[in-house]
Amino acid sequence: MTATPHNATNASRTAGIPFLLKTAFINAAIALVLFSLMVGIRTEAGSDGQLTYWTRFGDLAWLVAAVFGGSIVIELLRQWIGPTGAEKLVPASVQSGVSFIGRYLAPALLIFTLLVPVIFYNQRYILDLAILVLTYVMLGWGLNVVVGLAGLLDLGYVAFYAVGAYSYGLLATSFGWSFWICLPLAGILAAFWGVLLGFPVLRLRGDYLAIVTLAFGEIIRLVIINWQSLTGGPNGVSGIPRPTFFGIPLDNSDDGLAAKLGIEYSPTHRIVFLFYLILALALLTNWVTIRLRRLPIGRAWEALREDEVACRALGINTTTTKLTAFATGAMFGGFAGAFFATRQGFISPESFTFQESALVLAIVVLGGMGSQLGVALAALTMIGGFELFRSLESYRMLVFGMAMVLIMIWRPRGIIGHRAPTVYLTKAQAISSDLVKEGHG
Amino acid sequence: MSGQTILTVDGLTMRFGGIVAVQELSFAAERKKITALIGPNGAGKTTVFNCITGFYKPTGGAIRLSHDDGRQIALERLNDFRIAKQAKVARTFQNIRLFPGMTALENLMVAQHNALMLASGFTVLGLIGVPTYRDAEKRAIALATDWLKRINLLDRADDAAGNLAYGDQRRLEIARAMCTEPQLLCLDEPAAGLNARESAALSELLLSIRNELGTSILLIEHDMSVVMEISDHIVVMDHGVKIAQGTPKEVRDDPRVIAAYLGTDEEEAAAVMESGS
Repeated sequence: MTATPHNATNASRTAGIPFLLKTAFINAAIALVLFSLMVGIRTEAGSDGQLTYWTRFGDLAWLVAAVFGGSIVIELLRQWIGPTGAEKLVPASVQSGVSFIGRYLAPALLIFTLLVPVIFYNQRYILDLAILVLTYVMLGWGLNVVVGLAGLLDLGYVAFYAVGAYSYGLLATSFGWSFWICLPLAGILAAFWGVLLGFPVLRLRGDYLAIVTLAFGEIIRLVIINWQSLTGGPNGVSGIPRPTFFGIPLDNSDDGLAAKLGIEYSPTHRIVFLFYLILALALLTNWVTIRLRRLPIGRAWEALREDEVACRALGINTTTTKLTAFATGAMFGGFAGAFFATRQGFISPESFTFQESALVLAIVVLGGMGSQLGVALAALTMIGGFELFRSLESYRMLVFGMAMVLIMIWRPRGIIGHRAPTVYLTKAQAISSDLVKEGHG
Repeated sequence: MSGQTILTVDGLTMRFGGIVAVQELSFAAERKKITALIGPNGAGKTTVFNCITGFYKPTGGAIRLSHDDGRQIALERLNDFRIAKQAKVARTFQNIRLFPGMTALENLMVAQHNALMLASGFTVLGLIGVPTYRDAEKRAIALATDWLKRINLLDRADDAAGNLAYGDQRRLEIARAMCTEPQLLCLDEPAAGLNARESAALSELLLSIRNELGTSILLIEHDMSVVMEISDHIVVMDHGVKIAQGTPKEVRDDPRVIAAYLGTDEEEAAAVMESGS
């Protein structure tokens, strides 16, 4: 009696060799159709412009055989892992293990990050890469407020990055204002544009919101390209002052920091300074976001993501709540933009394409919407991974894309999928991602 | 009508294109009393609710709310969240609308948003952590804890609302509405999907809200055992118009109600007669 269901599951798991072969044959047939033209026949323009072609049936056979074998292996693996629902792919023990690691991962990562300039002092490449990663961590944390907490899908985040960068670039080159004055101004200006964007899109939800924000990002870029008298158009703004250590320049002049401290000048000083600058900015973003989450406004953002109608029934002004989310996210984007401008010394519209928005959004989604640690890890994976695969040259995007697909299959709600409550009576329990809504815009 | 009225609906009309969902409806709800709005499916009860709570803008008519402090508020002129914020009318939904990914406690904290926003100096003071905000937050948690005790969910305070049992979610939604400290609590079918024991607990909860806190309640309900047990006043609607009103006993014995609300089904009519007696 008791053995019957057991046998039944066993039988369904090892669902026969015919099934295996059938799946493999179907996959191989699809591969044959696909590859017969793509790989099987090679065409090229001959020397006189005529079409020359030759066949590569050997390669085709190899590919089809690989697909045949591969689909058998995958099917066997699937049966070995057991019946799978999308959520059950990661066993509970692994899930809890991840959350355990998560507790100690954040402090460990922070300490490591603080020590990066010490460990890699002589490796300029790694320091530059670390600065880049931290810039994206900051952008990710900024966008996380809008997308992760408030659930508003923003595809034009790069616009605020651009506003921040151009604010600093233009203010510094035109008026000679220092970085430390321009930084808050860049944030305020970006927040202002965030509110401007927010107003018309308040009534839009989901896909419609995404399209409008996408358009907004493009509008800002096109304005920058075409308003030549102010922004220099496609030529960009050059000669943007480098940051100073609170007024003391980081160069090899007599007034420079190195001379004042009486140490030998090295260009690395500036890089290390930039590193700690972006680290401080990113940590500020993180600190503010964590605090905001525990304040009524942060709870209202999350409630808005969960159910907007219920928010209205509770007397929450959804308009201002959305606007503050947009403005806060935009402000951090503006800070990051100002940092970008001072680091590069040169900005042009090319740096603010839709691809940047998509990259930052991918970092937020991959990290797990709303999770600060997840976003940081995702930025490290995305930007670091991108560099890691540099040796693969033209296959880089392919490998990278596959890695992303795999991550999203294993962890469909991002690297850190669960949500930590903002307030608790006895014990803070992580909330499963199955319950947390993504928001509808 | 004796006693002080809290809500006066006068000539309320709501049209959707050519369809008249509610026509010239007038009724009043008394302060510190439970008023029930009943009627067969499609009678327009939820439309009336949506007009009162600002989710629809009525085509015609007036809805007046008189506050404890004597203010008269024209609800049909307020919109959206302002009805909950300024007029202090809270509501629940026919299909539960909790924040499923937030804990029970967080749900009750979100309900106190406006009070806490003020205490946090619109986030600025809260961000730097001034003591007055911390005290306000402690009080908010105390109020939420008190409500969790009342609805018997204190031990589930830190569980996600979406993980609670259906009946618990219904009670949590009522507690969440009460955490806004409303003048008038509007409940849209609070007993839907509850079993007999849960319905009895719900009746008890609603009676305690009326008796202990003195909050006026307006409810739509199909569960006649609940309606007949707790209502002080019943308004019966059919096809968008009011067909009867009165005490549970009056309504129960009203032939128009039995004919319109229960149709020709005598078994159900008998069941209602019995449940009330």
